[in-house]
Amino acid sequence: MTSAVDVASGPSGRRFFPRARAKFTGTMAYVGELSQLGWTVLQMIFRGPYERDLVIAQFESIGVRSLSIVAITSLFIGMVLALQTAYSLAEFGGKLFIGKVVSLSLVRELAPVLMSLMVGGRVGAGMTAEIGTMKVTEQIDALRALATNPIRKLVFPRVFSTTVMFPLLTIISCFVGIMGGLVVATGNLHLDASFYLRSVIETVAFNDLASGVMKTLFFGFAIGLIACFNGLRTTGGADGVGRATTMTVVSGAITVLIMDFFLTKLFLLIG
Amino acid sequence: MTNTITPERRAEERPTPDRRRQMRDVFVEFVDVHKSYGSKLVLRGVNLKVYRGEVLVILGGSGTGKSVTLRHMLGLEAPDEGRVLVEDEDITQLPEEELYRVRKKFGMLFQSGALFDSMTVFENVAFPLREHTEMSEEEIERAVRERLELVNLPNTEQLMPVDLSGGMRKRVGLARSIVLDPKMILYDEPTTGLDPITAQKINELIIDLQAKLNVTSVIVTHDIQSAFSVGDRIAFLNRGVFEWVGTMEEARNSDHPVLRDFLRSSMVTAAQPG
Repeated sequence: MTSAVDVASGPSGRRFFPRARAKFTGTMAYVGELSQLGWTVLQMIFRGPYERDLVIAQFESIGVRSLSIVAITSLFIGMVLALQTAYSLAEFGGKLFIGKVVSLSLVRELAPVLMSLMVGGRVGAGMTAEIGTMKVTEQIDALRALATNPIRKLVFPRVFSTTVMFPLLTIISCFVGIMGGLVVATGNLHLDASFYLRSVIETVAFNDLASGVMKTLFFGFAIGLIACFNGLRTTGGADGVGRATTMTVVSGAITVLIMDFFLTKLFLLIG
Repeated sequence: MTNTITPERRAEERPTPDRRRQMRDVFVEFVDVHKSYGSKLVLRGVNLKVYRGEVLVILGGSGTGKSVTLRHMLGLEAPDEGRVLVEDEDITQLPEEELYRVRKKFGMLFQSGALFDSMTVFENVAFPLREHTEMSEEEIERAVRERLELVNLPNTEQLMPVDLSGGMRKRVGLARSIVLDPKMILYDEPTTGLDPITAQKINELIIDLQAKLNVTSVIVTHDIQSAFSVGDRIAFLNRGVFEWVGTMEEARNSDHPVLRDFLRSSMVTAAQPG
């Protein structure tokens, strides 16, 4: 009978532990370097100086150009939510709760998370691909050789813009989603628009909106940071850029979902 | 700049007595520099002196660490062991922000040109001026035009890098690297991937710049023709160390077996019809 010790010290065991250790060390190094970059960017956010043109260009690229994707996503989520609420709560007179359910779900959870996933995927992939391409074509080295800090020039404007734009896009997402609910509530379910809107206003407290919007401040920072970091550590040509971009989309989405749980708990504790 | 490089012309460009005196002054020095990437040991105790005003050619096969050596001069890479001195200042331990001061002494031409593809030719060349000087737009415009004329690319200001050929990209990269009047220019494979005529033009350009700007130059290449056209000295990198350093004449007569083989096979390859 083969014991656990034999397995661990056998040929496959000898391969497993060094590989696991290398993987663990690699992950720790990734997190460490990411945190270091995050700290540098935070210092830049608080200390400045800001290069206005670069920041405004990123506001446009990240914020304005994401408006359509945010509007379409939010509109249909609001509409679906209204339909589902009316259907699943039909026997309890669900139609009357549509305004409450749609607004609260959107403001507290759905708009911040779905907006961050959608916009995060779009802008995160773009940022990693752009910076990654610059890395593999020596443009980042050229910046450094020209005595220019690539973090200040490339990373800071992007991370700052995602941090500022995500909350603003979330507010727009909440508004459009609630309007989507209104369309279904009045069009399909024959509710009175003023009844729906009054129910929304009475339900959503400042704390609900604040907790939802505040979360996206962190999501925006995290996605911008991950995207830029993956871009900066890209190696290996077009293939490397592709891998880095995929990694950004996946790790960005997972980070948003994990952070969402802990931030929700934190905000519930704070009240 | 339509003249080809004749031995007479090259002799004219050889160091003047003043320049020879300057050449005793060390600009960059490597002291026992080691560098590895993972388990691959690239530099195994490199020692090298680059003298002010000279054109030093670093020769060596592919993957021997020529470009890595060049990147150490700028502080783009830090050695695992040993020291890199620039004008007697040890840059090995300097933080990135401090290195920017040192890097302003250098201009670097990257292998691919490394132009910023989101910017026009004008914006690429103007970039260092906008970053590091208080020059007005008119002054910047004048300086950019001058540098583009120096590299024989007038009236290309509004083109995007994607519209340029390989040789043109390198020349724009060169214009960008000299726009801040550096003391030293580093060339990473300046003629690689270019047709012989364009490569010849780049060699002539390097000699012209050397004469006009009176800078120190280090050229990384495995193009022997180019090395003998433009260089004052050769440093031969093999197995992670400089195994041979000397003048062009000494290189021709060297009995170092690997260098001799390298020079012979490169000449044969160059002589073969494409």
